[in-house]
Amino acid sequence: MNISQHFPILVIITLFTGAYLAPLAGLWKRKLCYPLAVLSALLSFLFSVVILLSVLEHGIIRYHVGGWEPPWGIELLVDPLSAFMALIVSFIGLLAVVYSKDYIAGEIPDKKLPAYYSLLQLIIGGMLGALMTGDLFNLFVMTEIFSISAYALVSIAQKKGSLIASYNYLILASVGTTFILFSTGFIYMVTGSLNMVDISQRLSALESPWVMYNGLILLVIGFAIKSALFPLHTWLPDAHSIAPSPVSVLLSALVIKVGAYSIIRSVFTVFGPGLLEQSGVVTIPVTWMASLGILLGSIYAITQTDIKRMLAYSSVAHIGYILLGIGLASTASMTGGIFHILNHALGKACLFFCAGAVLHKTGIRNVEEYTGLAGKMPITMIAFTLAAISLVGIPPTSGFMSKFYLAIGAYQESWIFLAVILLGSLLSAVFYFRVINLIYFGEPEHKSGVREQGAEIGGVVHRQPTTDNRREAPLTMLIPIIILALGSTLFGILVHIPLSVVEPAVKLLLGM
Amino acid sequence: MINLLPPNLPYFICITLLLIGLYTMIIKKSLIKKIMGLNIFSTSVFLFLISMAYRRGGAPPIKAEGVELYVNPLPHALVLTGIVVALALTSFALILVINIYKEHKTLDSEKLTKL
Amino acid sequence: MNPVVIRTVTRILVPFIQLFGFYIIVHGPVSPGGGFQGGVVVGASMILLALAYGAHEAESKVSHHVRIAMDSLGSLAYAGIGLLGIAAGGLFLQYNIIPLPLPPARVNGIMIFLIGVAIGVHIMALVLSLFLHTTEETEKDD
Repeated sequence: MNISQHFPILVIITLFTGAYLAPLAGLWKRKLCYPLAVLSALLSFLFSVVILLSVLEHGIIRYHVGGWEPPWGIELLVDPLSAFMALIVSFIGLLAVVYSKDYIAGEIPDKKLPAYYSLLQLIIGGMLGALMTGDLFNLFVMTEIFSISAYALVSIAQKKGSLIASYNYLILASVGTTFILFSTGFIYMVTGSLNMVDISQRLSALESPWVMYNGLILLVIGFAIKSALFPLHTWLPDAHSIAPSPVSVLLSALVIKVGAYSIIRSVFTVFGPGLLEQSGVVTIPVTWMASLGILLGSIYAITQTDIKRMLAYSSVAHIGYILLGIGLASTASMTGGIFHILNHALGKACLFFCAGAVLHKTGIRNVEEYTGLAGKMPITMIAFTLAAISLVGIPPTSGFMSKFYLAIGAYQESWIFLAVILLGSLLSAVFYFRVINLIYFGEPEHKSGVREQGAEIGGVVHRQPTTDNRREAPLTMLIPIIILALGSTLFGILVHIPLSVVEPAVKLLLGM
Repeated sequence: MINLLPPNLPYFICITLLLIGLYTMIIKKSLIKKIMGLNIFSTSVFLFLISMAYRRGGAPPIKAEGVELYVNPLPHALVLTGIVVALALTSFALILVINIYKEHKTLDSEKLTKL
Repeated sequence: MNPVVIRTVTRILVPFIQLFGFYIIVHGPVSPGGGFQGGVVVGASMILLALAYGAHEAESKVSHHVRIAMDSLGSLAYAGIGLLGIAAGGLFLQYNIIPLPLPPARVNGIMIFLIGVAIGVHIMALVLSLFLHTTEETEKDD
């Protein structure tokens, strides 16, 4: 037997082992936690690269944990979509772990470092587990693992308001996970199986669809809370903006995407596109809510003055694009939606990293104070601009390509959705270009009142008086920023690379 | 005695508990009561899973001679896992609430949102 | 007030509760129960000790560092047993092909027993930690 066959489970186990090694290492030498976390994140990244290549070459990988055959045992099922998502998750997870070293030193007390790195690996491992699994109940367990780690990570810095943000997130999201468990029960009741492929075969033989719709609706509501679909997004802005920046990256770029992925899985793999076309019971509400989310998320983002809050509201809008593409369920829109998962992950991770770097070096959180930062942190600000342009969707960047596919898919369905996508892009241009304008052309005026408020919210970071010399963030923070900014630009030009993965994934999902 | 009850009574109880839990989480202002609501909510789902597994006259799922009908063991495994998850959630939420109280000296969610 | 009754009863009960907990862990492969349930019982006995004698008493019996070590080692042992399956040429957690000079059913039993012990060690430390973390921090009041 070949060792590469075991990679789907090793991806997850590496991180979970690392998560439990971190407290042990912390007992001996706290400095060891960071290299260990980087090592395990790097290993799982390499494993997911190999998985993606082998999925593209040999087709779907199925791994039966413990040697038990599917309807009884837990099966790991890796198709192009999950391999694609796993690569994004492990890559940005790796960057977030690398970024943490210097950032987190000023943010949380030293004795919490082992716990921080342990939780960081648990959240990435949980997400990878949720992506790889082919078992509905296992999906619930993995969702809970990364969710509980996320609640803890939001509150770990114990800043003002972070506890309440974490509490609100916990209460709302655990209603979601309980719905998922409830729906798992419903589906088990009518089909007698927990394996996704097995369920979909048994459901298509079912006569009365009503119990099945019940299960599907509960499942989609549960994952919609996880992925912050518009009316259920209320936990997101607080949690994402108050968390330490590497955690904001994980939450905003990855956790809500895994929620969206789970919606794709439950709608297209568990229930199958055939059953959906008869009903539209899920796709139509999801589409409309996603459209509302695009518009209102962008409008809320315009009104924000805190940079991280603005980015968090922008995430509400972007999860709208992704779910709009999924809800329309045509080839072009699905391609756009899944491609947008990659682009938003790269772009939003880059923006949060940049905001974190600025916060770390200068303590600035307020958008108005970004005036003249281009002179002080030129590389960070160029990266910020590139990522923002990509998220707005301006041609040479990758954000344009995914929005282009989305627009084609939307136009095939109705002009309303096309209008929503265009209007949403315009609105996002408003708040991103306001920041870019301030960075490059803003007059450096210092309002003392505003600055002190910024200091109070930022709270932790040592603020030095602004001087004109160039002060970039440390290399561990700068390198992830540069990689992500290059990525979100290059994938717009080398668009065939991500599309070569996304297109087979979409074909498989739509059963073509 | 148990045979006299209508067969779908557990499901009604389960839905009632589910609604009580949701109501508590939405209406009550105290953060602790919200956690209690969450626990009632998740317990109702456990009850649902357990009552689904029950077969009238079924034996415990341990292989024995001369027994034809077993209770379905899988939902019990699901409920056990669910209880472990609920334990983790509840304990984390309670520690969070303790810290919130230490910081703000109140557990009233309306007062806390004003801060 | 010196809670004599509570302390005396606790002193008598705790060993028996722990014995029962270990019985549940060890008897996991052949009867209802297992690592989690037994671990919770053992952890609960320590919580009883903490309630009767104060948190510092339980802390001195099983200190923070020991709990972290138990916690991590238990989980790592579980992962290690899973990886043994891969090392033996099978799949993850497929322990019936681990080459031991025993019939496969016996090997299964031994491995489930070991997993139960690993989970038990993990959970007993965890349950006590959960309890002590809530009380300690309120007493210290930062």
